[in-house]
Amino acid sequence: MQNAAVRQKVINDRRPSAGKTLLRNRTLLLMCLPAVIYFIAFSYAPLPGIYVAFVNYNYRAGIFGSPFVGLKNFEFVAKSGKLWMLTKNTILFNLAFILLDNLLSVTVAILLKEIQSKMFRKVSQTMMFLPYFISQVLVGLLVFSLLNSDTGFLNVVLTKLGMEPLRLYKTGDPWPLIIILVHLWQKTGYNSVVYFAAIMGIDDSIIEASMIDGANGWQKIRHIILPSLRPTIVILLLFALGGIVKGDFGLFWNLVGRNPILFQKVDIIEMFVYRATVSDFNFSTASAVGLYQSLVGFVLVLTVNTIVKKIEPDYSLF
Amino acid sequence: MAKTKEDMLENTTSKIKLTASDYVIRGIGYVFITLFAIASIFPFLIILGSSFESEEMIISRGVTLIPRQFTTAAYELVIKGGTIWASYGLTIVMTLIGTGCGLFICSMTGYALQRRDFPYRNVISFFIYFTSLFQAGLAPYYLLMTQTYNLNNSYLAVLLPLMVSSWLIILMKNFAKSIPHELTESGKIDGAGDFRIFTSIMLPMLKPGLATVGLFLALGYWNEWYQSSLFLQNKDILPLQYRLYKIINEAQSLKNSVASQYVTVDSLPSESLKMATAMMTTGPIIFLYPFVQRYFIGGITVGAVKG
Repeated sequence: MQNAAVRQKVINDRRPSAGKTLLRNRTLLLMCLPAVIYFIAFSYAPLPGIYVAFVNYNYRAGIFGSPFVGLKNFEFVAKSGKLWMLTKNTILFNLAFILLDNLLSVTVAILLKEIQSKMFRKVSQTMMFLPYFISQVLVGLLVFSLLNSDTGFLNVVLTKLGMEPLRLYKTGDPWPLIIILVHLWQKTGYNSVVYFAAIMGIDDSIIEASMIDGANGWQKIRHIILPSLRPTIVILLLFALGGIVKGDFGLFWNLVGRNPILFQKVDIIEMFVYRATVSDFNFSTASAVGLYQSLVGFVLVLTVNTIVKKIEPDYSLF
Repeated sequence: MAKTKEDMLENTTSKIKLTASDYVIRGIGYVFITLFAIASIFPFLIILGSSFESEEMIISRGVTLIPRQFTTAAYELVIKGGTIWASYGLTIVMTLIGTGCGLFICSMTGYALQRRDFPYRNVISFFIYFTSLFQAGLAPYYLLMTQTYNLNNSYLAVLLPLMVSSWLIILMKNFAKSIPHELTESGKIDGAGDFRIFTSIMLPMLKPGLATVGLFLALGYWNEWYQSSLFLQNKDILPLQYRLYKIINEAQSLKNSVASQYVTVDSLPSESLKMATAMMTTGPIIFLYPFVQRYFIGGITVGAVKG
């Protein structure tokens, strides 16, 4: 430790000039250049365009030639109650996702550990991992094939049982629940991997010692497995909270995005911005809502990172 | 040696008496995991079964696991449509080029950024990381891509944005960190330049990292539909998943408009066509993923959340 400090001091004392450092590291700098150019072109270059949120955008005049309107675009979406509705939906869905994701993934991981047959465990894990690998487009089709009222599997079964078919694509009410279930279906296999790895990392001798002391299965989970998962759970929960204003656009769009009867109930920020941009070409409103989302998200991540830094410095992002 | 140790552990475990609640939890485990695993693949089996079912049967009696009237008509129709192979070609070429270039850029940057003797590593790391903290949003990005870069209706609009991400660079950086710095030092002593050290010493050592990052990139390209929906709306040849996206939505809107005129749609096998297209566009993934999933698991546990 002291050695390192001394070395640092020596390095500081004979720090070469900026030009020399630049020259000496030219190869490493050049190796970073393609990535730096990429981020300038696709992440930094769009930033000045945020200005479009403060103008009444006109195609001919371009972003910087259009008349400046100050915060009018923000006022417009805020006053209509739209902004609040979108924020509320996005946050409520994310809260449900975060809580249920963790609950279910931890449960799956714990139960997987209970399974003795390696073969059984491998096969079932592979099967549960499949939904992670497919595109959201296909997820949309899978859900439609299960639930639509004309040919859907659910209604085939209901009709066979002599029951009335459910017209799920005609009303928005059941969709919050459906979206949450589909999200869990798609993400649990992937999410449980992190927890399963953490459980496998628990020293077997601790569990065995507890069993020799007469701990039953539930006590083992309650007093050994869950406490040892706690840091992982807390960190993942906190980071998920940092992203609570960011919606899973692909999932929502492919399930309900093009059906106005459905999406009214479950509209999220991303869907509104996408419609405003791609269908309505209302770039000013879209950008106002997008900027609002980015700013809130930015503040949240910084807050979360500060908290994580306090409780578990090793895991902080920066 | 390791085996005997494992055997011994096994013996101690078997000597410990399991309580009733152990058996209950184990039982719940087997039932729950079995049901969850079946639920995970069940919708695919429906799509697979229905893709071999005749259109009339789907319309009159719904989707099915086992075709009642087996036919490959839908697949023939997809193939006869002509452009499916072109879509395959496009997706494969984009996946190969995108993954190759992306891997090169991410591994080179990831290696440089974890070099302790690289004084600019923190500045550049933050420059890259900041892009995941604050984004301009969709509208400014869309305007930049279509008006400044003029990439509307260009495949570059899909190929380029998916090539690099701050998360993949961080993942690569973490893989590179696990390789001892002494290897770089020894390369230097032998007189190799930094790029030479990277290509001849590091790249072979980075194989697990390259496999993981490469597979994330390849999956991203194969499943791409989002950038396409923004920029490739008027192209004739579409990436596979965007092609599926269009077929699903066009069949739907066509059906809605036809239904409103009280005409049956027997002539257009839209349902089985969707199923067959879904199977053809996703098939390669379903066949390949069991063999490569361990690399994705590696990515989750190595990369996790750390910067």
